[in-house]
This record gives sequence, structure tokens and C-alpha cells, in this order.
Amino acid sequence: MTWFKRTGWRHLVAVVVAIFSLFPIVFVISAAFNPLGTLASSKLWPTGASGENFSHLFSNTAFSHWFLNSLVIALASSFASVFLSFSAAYAFSRMRFRGRRVGLMALLLVQMFPQFLAIVAIFILFTDITENWRYIGFDTPAGLLLLYMGTALGVNTWLMKGFLDTVPKELDESATVDGASHVQVFFRILLPLVAPILAVTAMLAFIGTMSEVLMANIFLRDPESKTLAVGLYGLVAGERNTNFGMFAAGTLLTAVPTVGVFLYLQKYIVNGLTAGAVKG
Amino acid sequence: MTTPSTTSSGSGGVTGAGGSGSPRSGLPGQRGSDAPKRGTGKSAPPSEHRPREITVGFLVGRLIALGLVAALLLFGLPPLIRTDNWIGVGVLVAAGAGIAYLYLTRRHVPLKYLLPGTVFLIVFQLVPVILTVSTAFTNFGDGHRGTKEEAITAIQTGSLEQVTGAASYNLSPALKDGKLVFLLLPVDDKGDPVLDQAKVGTADGLSELPGLTDANLSLTKQLSEVPGYDILSKPDASARGDEIANFAVPTEQGAIKSSGLSKAVELKAVRAYDAACDCVTDTKTGTVYPADEAKGYFVSADGTVLSGGQGWKVGVGWANFTRIFTDKTVSGNFFSVFVWNVVFALLSVLTTFALGLVCALALHSPRMRGTKIYRTILILPYAMPSFAMLLVWRDMFNKDFGLINNLFGWHIDWLGQPTTARLSLILVNLWLGFPYMFLVATGALQAIPKELTEASSIDGATAWQGFKRVTLPLLLVALTPLLISSFAYNFNNFNAIKLVTDGGPYAIDNATVGATDLLISYTYRLAFGGIAQLGFAAAVSVIIFTLVAVMSIIGFRRSRSLEEVYS
Repeated sequence: MTWFKRTGWRHLVAVVVAIFSLFPIVFVISAAFNPLGTLASSKLWPTGASGENFSHLFSNTAFSHWFLNSLVIALASSFASVFLSFSAAYAFSRMRFRGRRVGLMALLLVQMFPQFLAIVAIFILFTDITENWRYIGFDTPAGLLLLYMGTALGVNTWLMKGFLDTVPKELDESATVDGASHVQVFFRILLPLVAPILAVTAMLAFIGTMSEVLMANIFLRDPESKTLAVGLYGLVAGERNTNFGMFAAGTLLTAVPTVGVFLYLQKYIVNGLTAGAVKG
Repeated sequence: MTTPSTTSSGSGGVTGAGGSGSPRSGLPGQRGSDAPKRGTGKSAPPSEHRPREITVGFLVGRLIALGLVAALLLFGLPPLIRTDNWIGVGVLVAAGAGIAYLYLTRRHVPLKYLLPGTVFLIVFQLVPVILTVSTAFTNFGDGHRGTKEEAITAIQTGSLEQVTGAASYNLSPALKDGKLVFLLLPVDDKGDPVLDQAKVGTADGLSELPGLTDANLSLTKQLSEVPGYDILSKPDASARGDEIANFAVPTEQGAIKSSGLSKAVELKAVRAYDAACDCVTDTKTGTVYPADEAKGYFVSADGTVLSGGQGWKVGVGWANFTRIFTDKTVSGNFFSVFVWNVVFALLSVLTTFALGLVCALALHSPRMRGTKIYRTILILPYAMPSFAMLLVWRDMFNKDFGLINNLFGWHIDWLGQPTTARLSLILVNLWLGFPYMFLVATGALQAIPKELTEASSIDGATAWQGFKRVTLPLLLVALTPLLISSFAYNFNNFNAIKLVTDGGPYAIDNATVGATDLLISYTYRLAFGGIAQLGFAAAVSVIIFTLVAVMSIIGFRRSRSLEEVYS
């Protein structure tokens, strides 16, 4: 009984929740390899295995285009947004200036406006942009990227600021005294220290962009310039039963890179932030 | 993070736990401890101010700033100059000058770091918000999209009719500088072309086309070859059929439009606008429709709106806002939707936090084995593409083919009944959202000093008491901002509703609101389903925003987590 009280319950909780986590994923995997490829024929445990859904996905849809578009947009936007938000977090954490408090509060508030409901205004804005500068207008990844950058500051800035606050100020103060400019402090001292957390935030931004469906749906109308989210949604929006196998295959392929990176980075995700703080 | 709104229930990264949850500071890695050492080797006296010589960073900053300004002007200016948009030119040049000034001086250091993100924030987040707020006070929407001038043009061109004796032309659609133009050749009574009256019709009007001879004609007496114009071949013209059908060359009393691909006729407007009386007169019936500036319509004396419903955008004051609370179909449902909305957001946060915390506590023990594999499995839902998994869950709840009914041999119409549909949604959101809470709770747990929990157990507290009195309060202080932003996010979790239930199930007698509708999806349907009422939709977004902002501010006030901001 004492064993259960000490560690047994921990395993029990972990196993039960692990089953809960896994079963939709197992279902997707089994549906992806299900040779019949319909929702009605999909079981939790695969009844057969074939790559038919995958080959259909590549031959009947522009899946490889979607995949590449998503990858490029998500990589670029996560890199850019982390850079922008970290710059701002640096200023908010290290410098004291007029409007700092107001700025931080304003960031939170603006962020709370459901950007989705501003979609009409965004549409009008980009109609004008498309007329004047076609290369950053509708149907262009660059335009979508710019739009995503609009929300780069926000929650992430807050979180990074919080992390930076825990890095002792003495570090950059002593460097400044030694003649380092604020740019050098930023790039040479703070950036390497917080690199793991930057990687983690970048990856979370990557996941967010990969799943973004609403803006992309309005922005990219040309079939070949669609992203994964838009394209896959189109697969099951109408024909939900028959295309399910292809949809599951697409979901699986979408998940592979992110899950891979996620697992690779997981020690940073959990420990990276706090390891130093605990060692104190 | 660019789109926190699309990840499951958490609205940001996992970094907050480490940030606000770890008052004691230290540094991971080697480089941190190296940096100051390297510094102390130098001979700069500590009390001296920063040296003023040109540093590498300053030079690089200078180059980047100049490059940015150059690129901005090079890329942005030409289209603005071409369209004579001098205000735009002014704004752009001022922006360029501002950037150059900011990065070329040594002053305003904080602004240098804030500016890049802020520019994007202003243009793509703040401007849309302001536009939305200003739209909320207008009747913008279908029938009221443009200006009054555009409405008049639309009314006049919409009432074009062919009148007897009007001129007709042989038409040759052509391109001039890439733009569509009509080459028009009048024909006389015998059907012979009148070459010296040939005309060019553009979107701006008619002009003469002199110097033509029979050599310019084809066998069918169409213009087939005119210097300076690229006449479209039959297949090319067919390909642009819609464009040609919609093209109108304005004339004094109406317009010239195509009739098929090789004929054009002059049409006259039955309804004509007269600026003197600011009214539209129907020449057939003789009815006069004066402009109603308050409603944005032309309305006749007996109250009939000019047919077609073509109006223009006008300010309507608070009308959209009062409508939310007075219009029966809107306000009748508003309260019940609001209640479910709050319940949904609260339950989403509480269930994900509870499950995430339990998992984090379970794995947070030195005795625990296999934590790595457990952790890997537990965060998998977070790494899966959420939009796709929402759809997968929708299909797992399917009554006929769904996995859940198949697995257990049930016949429950999960998404077809209000209670089960709501439960299903909470469950789906739990699945998507708990890994995030698990991650942040794990981080925050590790930041709590061991001495504190040890001290409480030495003092005789049970594990449960220790958790309740020491661990949980510390965790809550660290995680409250994240819980609040998770609440704000779930309050507007459009994706979850749209992709899983689409607001349904609907009562038989009420198709406007479903049992699982959130304010945001309900509004979306009211505003965009059928006739677009964008002004009204904007008003509802403003209300939703105010609600979320007020609730969040109260939440933040009550937590002490903003201490750092006020310092």
C-alpha cells in the first residue's frame, strides 16, 4: 500500500492519461493505412495496411505544394516573430523608459481583440495593398507573413520578458561597464543565454502557424498556393466519409515534422527554462 | 508567437512558467559565467561611462537602417507616385526618415528594439482594430459597401436599357497597354462601316480613332488591324468573355456595352441622378427618389427604397449597438449564448489545468521511473496539428460511422443533443489543451524551491496539506497570467466550435442559434450568413472585446503577477 501511495498512483495517472492522449492518434494512424479509406471502415486497430491513401493524396491533390508552402511560411514566420518579440522583450526587461508600463498593458489588451473578427478590416486593408504592391498582397506568402507579424508582439513578448527578468542584470551591467554597446549585450551575451528558450518559442510559433486556417483561407485562394491547413480542411469539408483516409494520411504527414522537432526539443521545453533557476 | 489563437487551449509559449515562476535567478550553461570574466580582464574602470567611439554594432545598425529605408522607398514609392497618392508618399517618406533618424542617432535606445515589432503591430493589428471600431458605427455591408458616387454609378449603369434608334457598332475588343478597350465602328443603314467615325472606348469615355482605311477591315467588316492596339482573336476574346460583358464605356446619357463579342450598342440610363436636387429620377415612371443621408439610401416620398437596394456607407451612430440589446432575434439569444460562453471558457481552463497539474505532480518525483517516455506521450496531442485533430474528433463522435459508438456498440447521437454536444466539446478541448498546462505546470513545479516543501513536511504537514498550503499557491501566482490568457483565448475559440459542432445542434424552430454557439460563432453567422452586415458584426466584436478585456483586467488585478510591471 505504501508503494502505491508513493509511486504507484503516479504510474496509474500517467498510464490512464497516456491512453487518453494516444487513442485519437492511433485512430488517425490506423485510418491513414486503412486500404478502404472511408470513415465508416476505420477502426481503432488497423484491419489492413496499404499506402494507397498516401499515394492518392499525392496524385489527386496538390499536397506537396501545400506542404512546401506551409513549411516555408511557418519557418519564416516563427523565426521573424521570435526575433521581433525578443527585441521588444529585451527593451521591456532591461530598460526603463516612459510608457513602458502602458506599453506592456496595451500589448495585452490589443492581443485580446479577436483578430478573427477584424477580418473584414484586414480584408479591406489588403485589398488596397494588393492594388498597389502585388508582391505583398493576396495570394502571396509574403503578405500572409506580414499579417502574421502583426501578432508577433503580444503573449510571447510577455513570456520572454518574464524569462529575461530572471537573468541577472549584473551580467549585462558588467559588460556595459567593460565597453559593450547595447547591441553587443543583446547579441553576444543575452541571446546565447536564452537560445534554448528561443528555440522552444520558435517551435511553438511554428506549430501555431502550421495550424492557422482562417487567415490563410482568405489569403491564399489559388489551389497551388494553399497551406496544409486550408487544403486538408477542403478535403473533408464536403465529402467527410469518403476522403477520410486521405485526410488522415495528410494529418499524419503534417504531424511528422512537428512531432519530431517537439520530441527533439522536449528537454529544453521542460527543463531549459527552469534548470538554471532551480540550481540558483 | 504569431497565432496563439490556433494552438489548442494555451495562448502562448511555455516560457511563462520559468519567467514569472522563478524569483530566484541563475543561469544555465557555461557562457553566462564566462561573459563577465572575459570582461574583467580588460582595463576599463568600472565608474567610467560607455565609451563614445564607433562600435561595430553601431556601424551595422547604421547600415541596416539605411538599407531598410532605401528598400522601403524603392519598393513602396513607385505605385503611389503612379496613382498620384501624395498622402501615401508623404507617409512613406516620413516613415523612412523616421527610421533613418532613429537608427542613426545614439538616443532613444528602447525604441530601437521596440520599433520593428511595433510597426507590424500597428499596421496589421491596431489599424484593423480601429477600422473595426469605426465600422461599428456605420451601416457597412451588402448594399452599403461604397461611397455615394459609387452607388450612383451603380444605379445608373444598373438601369441601362437599349432605346430605339440608339447607335450600334461593330465591336473589336482590344488591349492597349494591357488594359481592355473597345474599338467601335459605326454601321450605316445598309450595314456598311463608317470608317471616319470609328471610335475608341475606354473605361473613361470615348475618343476618335482617325486615319483608318479599308485595309484595317476584315472580311466581316470588323476592325482587324489597328496600329497601337492589340486586337483580341476570337479565342482570346472568348476567354475574356466575362470581362468584355462587364465592360462599359461611359457616354453622356448612359454607356456603350457589348452585345456578344462582335457587336456593341449604346444604352441609356432609365434612372438618372441630378445633383441639383440630390435625387434620382426614374424617367419611365417619373418617380423621384431623394437621397436619405441618414440611412444611406435613395427613398421616394412614399417611403419606397430605390429598387435594387443600392445604397452607400453612412454613419449610423449607436444604432448597431442598440440593436444588439433591442432586436428580439439578437438580444433574445444573447444572454443564453453568453452564459454558455463563460461556462465553456471556464471549464476549458479548469479541466485542462486540473489534468495538466495532476500529470505534472505525478511525474514530479525523483522516485518516478519512465518519466521521459510518459512525458513524450503526454505532450503528443499538443504537437499534432490542432485543426486536423478537431476534425478527427468530430468524426469520432459521428453517430453512424464514429469510432466511439463503434467501439462501445453505442448509438448515441453525440453532437446531435445539446448536453452531449457540450460535453463532447469540453472533452475535445481537454485533449487538445491539457499538454500545454502539463508543460507549464511542470516548469513551474521545478521552479519551486525544494526547501519550502521539505520544511512543511518536517513541520508535520501531510503531503496533501503541503500541496494545498505551499505548492498550489506558489503555482497559482506563477500561472495566473497564463490561465487568464487561456480563458481569453477559449472565450473566442472559434476553431473548436466551427470545426467540431459548427454551433449545433439547432432547435427545430430556431436556426439562428445552436446549443454550442459561442458569441463569436453566433455573431459570425448573424453577420455573414446570408446578407453581410459588416457594420453590425463589427459592433458585436467590439462588445465581445470589451467583455473579454474587462474580465481579464479584473483577473489580473486580483493576481499579484503584475508586480514586475509596476516596479
